[in-house]
Amino acid sequence: MEQNQPLRFFNRGPSPAVRLVFFALLSLLLLFVDVRYRYLESIRSGLSVLLYPLQRLVTTPSKLWHEIDDFFVSHNSLIRDNSELRNQHTLDIAQLLQLQVLQAENQHLRNLLMVQQRADYPMQLAEIMYVERDIFNRKILLDKGGQANVLAGQIVMDDSGIVGQVTRVYPWMSEVTLITDKDHSVPVQVLRNGLRAVVFGSGDTGELALRYIPISSDIQNGDVLVTSGIDGTYPPGLPVAKVIQVERDPAYPFARILCAPIAGVDKHRQLLILSTLLKLPERPEAVVETATDKSKNGKRGGR
Amino acid sequence: MRDRILQDQEFQLPVSRIFIAASLFVALLLDWLPWQGMWLVFRPDFVALVLLYWCTHKPYHVGISIAWTVGILADVADASLFGQHALAYSVLAFSGIVLHRRVLMFNLHQQTLQVFPLLLLAYTVYAAVHWQLRGSISWEYFIGSVVSTLLWAPVTILLQAWRRPRAAPDQL
Repeated sequence: MEQNQPLRFFNRGPSPAVRLVFFALLSLLLLFVDVRYRYLESIRSGLSVLLYPLQRLVTTPSKLWHEIDDFFVSHNSLIRDNSELRNQHTLDIAQLLQLQVLQAENQHLRNLLMVQQRADYPMQLAEIMYVERDIFNRKILLDKGGQANVLAGQIVMDDSGIVGQVTRVYPWMSEVTLITDKDHSVPVQVLRNGLRAVVFGSGDTGELALRYIPISSDIQNGDVLVTSGIDGTYPPGLPVAKVIQVERDPAYPFARILCAPIAGVDKHRQLLILSTLLKLPERPEAVVETATDKSKNGKRGGR
Repeated sequence: MRDRILQDQEFQLPVSRIFIAASLFVALLLDWLPWQGMWLVFRPDFVALVLLYWCTHKPYHVGISIAWTVGILADVADASLFGQHALAYSVLAFSGIVLHRRVLMFNLHQQTLQVFPLLLLAYTVYAAVHWQLRGSISWEYFIGSVVSTLLWAPVTILLQAWRRPRAAPDQL
């Protein structure tokens, strides 16, 4: 038996197979802990602080390129832009006057109805530092983090609509899950008729899917979906997506509806982080409770 | 011919730990470049390539432990799950170490074919973990393994060239 085994002249430590088993188990353990619990976040953010300068370094060349590109934008185009903007500005002023009238009227009506005034949301500007290079994840990293009071769960939007949600906060960075991420969903309403629904990411940057909508429901191409605000995470009334394709196949219980995000989910460099997390009153406890709970309640009542 | 020469010299080529570390570091930086859109689909995994190179050429210098550590760093930078890259790279390093004599037996073109299954295995491990935990899989991801395989020969030539001593009197 012993003669069959190769002689080992040098002590090389445990064999590769043993090492593989050890490290594979370690990896699986880490994976399990990372998925189920949140213990590893501090380690992750510590390591990310170490890696932050390197990531910055790597993104420097492309950033430099963009800056040089911007610098050499020709004089003519600036003049043209300027005149266009002036025209736009005059138009906007006219519309803004109307808006002020409308706002005043709206305010008045709200006061009449004794509706609580919804505050304008404070927001801060952040710049995309880094885009995930993993095609499974639709995530971006912004250059504002815990130091700038960013909290996980805050909403990120651009000038036209919702882009995503902050899911992880590092000291100087925050990670944003885009609404097109496979695991992400947003509660929405159809602007035209107020139909409530939930829109899911499809894993593709240009597409969202509206699932579990019965075939008979009133949804058309071009319908605009805005956040309903029902979940308490997304403020109500922000545009999310536009319906681009509705397929009603009687063989399936639900219609197949594709939407395109309204915001430039994969386009801009600057984004806005809404700094408020809405506080809703706590959800009332479920009415149906188990027998043991009932007896407890009964005791409490007896006292 | 050239390949044969390079191979014959393998045991003569010096290697320093600093050079190994530097090559892995550069590979990490290459992986962290802001790849986007189509480029993201074709992105080769430089870290896997360099790791595999060292595991086949210097299996006693670079082992599974180093592969695992590098994998953890990649995980943090990628915001993927802790241990996902680490697991894939460990498996890659193990297969590289076990098969290193076999791989080095061939010339560079043949090596490319030998290396493809190893890289595919590492990619499969990564995708399988993702599929198990997140329930989705995208097949474009595997294009990366083909691109990585095609880069095996250039990376090998490059690293061999850097390892060769500068003042070689009888070399052109």
